[in-house]
Amino acid sequence: MTMEIVVCIKQVPDTAKIEVDETTGTLKREGAEVKMNPFDLSAIETALQIREATGGTVWVISMGPTQAAQVLREAFMMGADRGVLLCDPRFAGSDTLATSYTLALGIRTAVKNPQLIICGKQTTDGDTGQVGPEIAEFLQIPHVCNVSRLVEAREHALALMVDLQEMLQKVQVECPCLITVEKDIFPPRLPSFRKREEARHKLIDVLGCSDLETGDPGCFGLQGSPTHVEKMFPPVVDKPREIWTGTGIDLAERLVDRLQRMKLWLPRDH
Amino acid sequence: MTIKLVVDREKIESQAQIADLCPFQAIEFDGADYSISAACKMCRLCEINGPPGAFTFVEETQWSREQGEWSGIAIFAEQSSDGIHPVVLELLGKARELAAQYPQPIFMLLIGNNLESSAEMLTRYGVDELYLFDHPQLEDFRIEPYAAVFETFLHRTRPAVVLVGATPIGRSLAPRLAARFRTGLTADCTELQIQAECGLIQIRPAFGGNIMARIATPQHRPQFATVRYKVMTEAKPVQNGKTKIYSLPIDPSWLLSGIQVLQTTRRGRQEDITDAEVLVVAGRGVVSAKDLSILEELANALEGQLAATRPMVEKGWLDIKRHIGLSGRTVKPKLIITCGVSGAIQFAAGILNSECIVAINNDPEAPIFQVANFGLVGDLYEIVPLLTKTLQSTRRSLS
Repeated sequence: MTMEIVVCIKQVPDTAKIEVDETTGTLKREGAEVKMNPFDLSAIETALQIREATGGTVWVISMGPTQAAQVLREAFMMGADRGVLLCDPRFAGSDTLATSYTLALGIRTAVKNPQLIICGKQTTDGDTGQVGPEIAEFLQIPHVCNVSRLVEAREHALALMVDLQEMLQKVQVECPCLITVEKDIFPPRLPSFRKREEARHKLIDVLGCSDLETGDPGCFGLQGSPTHVEKMFPPVVDKPREIWTGTGIDLAERLVDRLQRMKLWLPRDH
Repeated sequence: MTIKLVVDREKIESQAQIADLCPFQAIEFDGADYSISAACKMCRLCEINGPPGAFTFVEETQWSREQGEWSGIAIFAEQSSDGIHPVVLELLGKARELAAQYPQPIFMLLIGNNLESSAEMLTRYGVDELYLFDHPQLEDFRIEPYAAVFETFLHRTRPAVVLVGATPIGRSLAPRLAARFRTGLTADCTELQIQAECGLIQIRPAFGGNIMARIATPQHRPQFATVRYKVMTEAKPVQNGKTKIYSLPIDPSWLLSGIQVLQTTRRGRQEDITDAEVLVVAGRGVVSAKDLSILEELANALEGQLAATRPMVEKGWLDIKRHIGLSGRTVKPKLIITCGVSGAIQFAAGILNSECIVAINNDPEAPIFQVANFGLVGDLYEIVPLLTKTLQSTRRSLS
């Protein structure tokens, strides 16, 4: 049996260029440039490293409009084998739950026996990092988040270092499973120009709502999304801009007082 | 339940055929028909080992819930290496604020091993009901056992709101449960408000903090939210609080996991400056490498980290990983204190998204004062040690 590795990737706006329309509170999307979510590059690299160790096939899967195929092609140029695009107007407006549900069904439909699913730590647009664990729940497989190092990859199990901030865990997880990887787990390889030609000829499977097994239309897109964004608004900018002069002790005490009041420093015991 | 079990009577030839199929004796026979009792743990062994087609799991797609049956606020009391994670008291502070507006109970879930002292501590903070799941095999975080316990707790308490700290464990656990209950989760909330019918308004930054989003979960319960650490105000202890404590038994099937924790290494704070919430930055105003120690003391007092401008890194005084600026790292801490940094644009570009910028520089014309929220004009060699001392004495006076 060969190892089927699936990487979930996403096309995101170039965040530095995002602006909010002050009157309507909506995003100014026009002309916004897009790119692959930078965290996903590390996820793809991890998949490629594991494939190099165990053999197998690396799938990349994305949900989005037709132009999201671009990130799948980029993944091909890094060395991914197969691509799946979940594309259907009925997927529009998906929140995390609907997105995870759709991706889980997409994986189950396209990949017969997925052994390992890899997600980036988070996206730069949603920033939530919760799609991975939700996919794992829908597929009823274990998941491990914050994987910072791949210790060993075998066909049926992975040994991993997990960064829980306050502690490091070394774990072994059986496949099938889902992992989300930290950005610096591996430096992602650059797209290869030799592979660019190959990538151009590779086919991408495009799946819509009706292609997914047990696809209930009520579970997709806006209709299948429990959370509703009621409003987007620019953060309130009421930041002070003050220049202080005085004796050293005056300045020090004044600053400590301000930091406390702004909750930037709390004098608690540890 | 995310899935349910369907029995096809026709595929079962005799009762004997399925007698030992279920380890939990959840398959019941009333003489005419088979049914699945509440003892079912969804282990799927009947589907795998039973007569082909007799037992099938079907995904349930019932998405809407009666809102009225869900009320109260549940909090996941995450254990950290030294007791309860401080974010838990912050969640409780917020929950008490919300419960004061619309009176409702506050439930707390504590999972781990040897929980007595943590439980005792929490009873002093105004929790209505505290649920303990104490077991040696719950010592380490593994997703399946923690999720199984959490699920049991939620079925028992049926809260309208579930609050979880946006820690690595919280961000792994909360989405798992939200998907299990087919409900909404808003990650990394920075503000929460409550409305009638226990409706939760969740506010969070989106697109790297350029925009705030106001999010509701109108039709589904419970409403899950993870909340960033050090955003909400900690709960204060209450006088004669009455906390009911429930220590619940662990079902062995909850402990089944595909994950084995081989080793756990406890460690201090994050070492990467991009993750730090507080940074103290050394600039050219620091005249010798050994003087970095006074900045380091300030960083320690603030539980922050030391970073530097390019010239300091080039001199080899600090590791390149600590370099802030266009050619180094971009940081977004809550608080950044620059010491003797002039504030060239290459540096300033790397700190502009910080929540609060404090600059200490003896040149009132230094460009850093254009971007600072608080500009302290003076000698860093005088101000920095005084600042450290003031922080330390403030902490002591409160303890």
